[in-house]
Amino acid sequence: MGIGKMSHARRVVITGIGVVAPRGIGAKQFWTTLTSGQSATRTITAFDAAGFRSRIAAECDFDPADHGLTTDQANQFSRSIQFAYVAAREALEQSELDVTDELAPRVGVALGSAVGSVRELDQQYRRLSEDGTLWDLHPELASAHLADYNCPSSLVREIAWLARAQGPAAMVSAGCTSGLDAVGYGYDLIREGSVDVVIAGATDAPITPITVACFDAIKATSANNDDPEHASRPFDAHRDGFVLGEGAAILVLESAEHAHARGAHVIAEVAGFAARCNAHHMTALRPDGREMAAAIAESMDRAGVTADRIDYINAHGSGTKQNDRHETAAYKRTLGEHAYRTPVSSIKSVIGHSLGAIGSIELAACALTIDNGVIPPTANLRTADPDCDLDYVPGEAREQSVDVALSVGSGFGGFQSAAVLAKEGALG
Amino acid sequence: MTATRTATPATDVPVVTGLGVAAPNGLGTDAFWTATRDGVSGLGPITRFAVDSYPVRVAGEIAGFTASEHIPSRLIPSTDRSTQFALVCSGWALADAGLDPTSLPEFAGSVVTANALGGVEFIQRELHSLWGRGPKYVTAYMSYAWFYGVNTGQISIRHQLKGAGGVVVTGQAGGVDAIAQARRKLRAGQRFVVTGGADAPVCPYGITAELATNTLSTRADPDTAYLPFDRSAAGHVPGEGATMMILESLSVARERGADTIYGAIAGYGATFDPHPASGKPSTLSRAAATALADAGLTEGDIDVVFADGAATVDGDRAETAAITELFGPRGVPVTVPKTMTGRMYGAGAATDVAAALLAIRDDVIPPTVGSADLPDDHPLDLVTEARPARLAHALILARGSGGFNAAVVVSAAPALP
Amino acid sequence: MRTSFDLDDLRTLLRSCAGEPESIDLASDIADLTFEELGYDSIALLETAARVEQDLGVTVEDNVVAEDITTPRDFVAYVSTRLGQRPVGTRVS
Repeated sequence: MGIGKMSHARRVVITGIGVVAPRGIGAKQFWTTLTSGQSATRTITAFDAAGFRSRIAAECDFDPADHGLTTDQANQFSRSIQFAYVAAREALEQSELDVTDELAPRVGVALGSAVGSVRELDQQYRRLSEDGTLWDLHPELASAHLADYNCPSSLVREIAWLARAQGPAAMVSAGCTSGLDAVGYGYDLIREGSVDVVIAGATDAPITPITVACFDAIKATSANNDDPEHASRPFDAHRDGFVLGEGAAILVLESAEHAHARGAHVIAEVAGFAARCNAHHMTALRPDGREMAAAIAESMDRAGVTADRIDYINAHGSGTKQNDRHETAAYKRTLGEHAYRTPVSSIKSVIGHSLGAIGSIELAACALTIDNGVIPPTANLRTADPDCDLDYVPGEAREQSVDVALSVGSGFGGFQSAAVLAKEGALG
Repeated sequence: MTATRTATPATDVPVVTGLGVAAPNGLGTDAFWTATRDGVSGLGPITRFAVDSYPVRVAGEIAGFTASEHIPSRLIPSTDRSTQFALVCSGWALADAGLDPTSLPEFAGSVVTANALGGVEFIQRELHSLWGRGPKYVTAYMSYAWFYGVNTGQISIRHQLKGAGGVVVTGQAGGVDAIAQARRKLRAGQRFVVTGGADAPVCPYGITAELATNTLSTRADPDTAYLPFDRSAAGHVPGEGATMMILESLSVARERGADTIYGAIAGYGATFDPHPASGKPSTLSRAAATALADAGLTEGDIDVVFADGAATVDGDRAETAAITELFGPRGVPVTVPKTMTGRMYGAGAATDVAAALLAIRDDVIPPTVGSADLPDDHPLDLVTEARPARLAHALILARGSGGFNAAVVVSAAPALP
Repeated sequence: MRTSFDLDDLRTLLRSCAGEPESIDLASDIADLTFEELGYDSIALLETAARVEQDLGVTVEDNVVAEDITTPRDFVAYVSTRLGQRPVGTRVS
């Protein structure tokens, strides 16, 4: 279905980026880690993982006190909101956006998260239930912040207050595509004219027993516990699942005219976004990738680009057997022969899979790729898989001018999302 | 197809063509509406768990809901109660609309749901197993039964809805924000969208968590526990359930001969409140004003306001301020039918939209049950008994904790030529 | 101490872990129908295998669930032979 670009729709640009990622707190350190090709995955230190099937993760060495959070904030904020707050602050500083009383109603928030404050829900439950023996709990022992942990939209509140945003605000929580979908939500808000700015991004801090246990139960995570640094190996023939990660990324999205009017530095343009559901299964993927392909095709259509204009694909590339095959098929479906000529890389090979956060982190990576003219590599790719036969930029970062990047996500529930970023001016 | 976004042509206005409601005072749209119109409350003592050590006693529970009577047994071990509600109601809504998605192009329909708390009883069971027995006792279903996007996923699978949808989480405002997102998807090319919200907080962990808001009523009498705008308002009662509805553009609905057009989603607005320490007032009135302007209407066109009804001192004050700022003291009938269901979290605002549409259909304003003694600083025309009235346009207000404000205007179905 | 595992035991487990199939009566002769025909997906099987491990102490290996067990008969055979092989178990009947 040809949708075409809205003839007078507003263009959306990125004027600020903030990242909290494993071995990558701050966009600069994040970029250094991505381009190093060295995995930040390791044996879990967040808790004693001895009794679990997968005992590895990509963790952030993050102490709130080191990042300007007060003791009160550190006590009140869940880890996921700590990440989002620090990332949002960085993005806002870079954007140099001044949210005046006049602008505030025109500033929105779109924050993604797959699992909100699950870590704190996990920790609280032990005490309240006397280690899982008392179903009716001890309500009097609950933290004063338990409501915030249980109602994840509370994460949005902190970002809205930080940014002084008083426009439409929402959490977008579609599992592992939350990070892409939140940016898509912000993109839609700006294009329809409701707001001029959206603080958009996502966060997750899922490295906690309940989450590790549930992925153990479906055997989705890598059990390569003896070799943590090489466990996340998207597209490799010996891949055995994803490695859980954590982190956040926030992008300041603005209408192009608003950014230009105030002389903001534009990092990249969000040129297109689309979403589909595969309506197949909550966790399994059919090999043909048709719904992901449809999302990709629409995002490209909205951006007004054909296959030959895509210079780089930032893959979902989680490293499960089924995903990497599924999305390779989707690329071939949409790009045809160009799929073989387009570099594809998965940064999950370096920073793991942070569920809802990763989509925004990957868009930040795309923006930095466009800005720097360097493609981050897929780490740990040693043995080719016949089902995954594209150019996945193995091992080493590649200097290459990238004008147009495609970012793709796939998640439990059947969610399939895609976004196109472009160097400003590249698309006319 | 190139969409232009100046004024929406009248035939493109989104209309609701199907409804499915599961509420504490009625399982099924008709049961819900009959009870709501007649002022029959579904609030009662909490039965789903032992409340001896809890300060709260009352909730809106859906009695007699046996999931296996409504959805395949295969789905039951892997779904939280809130997802079961969402599945049942979306099935009802599609049937009500006379839509069979499998007979339509694969991307024609999509799903946008709101949820506030996730599958909270499901995660409690799994946390209980984890900490009581060990990691190996956590079910495989936990990987997808609790997260906030589950309902969109499960509905899309059950009814083969592959189009552009999503998930919106804004607490008790979610139902309205999801409908607004569904409208965006319609405008972007979806032929129809299944939208609404679901939540089921009445379990120990859900209620324990909500206690920390300090907004739950601790009164033990269901008749006096939840009294928005009343002099003795002392918090709200939590409720469970779901409301799902089908959104299509008017021209598409007519073209396929839709049996029922409940009404139009005419306008929408949303804001976020300033930080409390700023001393600035809530921006709820701006959300409402935006919705009115979006609908091309003025305050005088609104026949009834379905209020959010926080039943806290600050919440009621802010809402009364917004309503009187726009409509003047006692300037418009105001009602809070969620006094009969409790505040249903992600489902609440969607249920209010359903009630508003049915009110418009039947030309009767459903009552607010319980609130009877409004102090002078709440100069509202609060409807406390079902009131027949010619209704063409209704304004629904919804607020999520933390500062979310959402407003939607629904209007009577456009007259056929 | 459980020493046997038969089709009825599997029926009970399936009902509990994954519900009843929509159009096939679980009580009927299902031994040689595939799990796919019965409507039980990979997650349902993983869950059932996990319960077997919890309740009976028999571990069903990852790849076995994915590749070797396609029918109830396969599942019963796999579990019942391993029950018989447990050191403290009695002879398989």
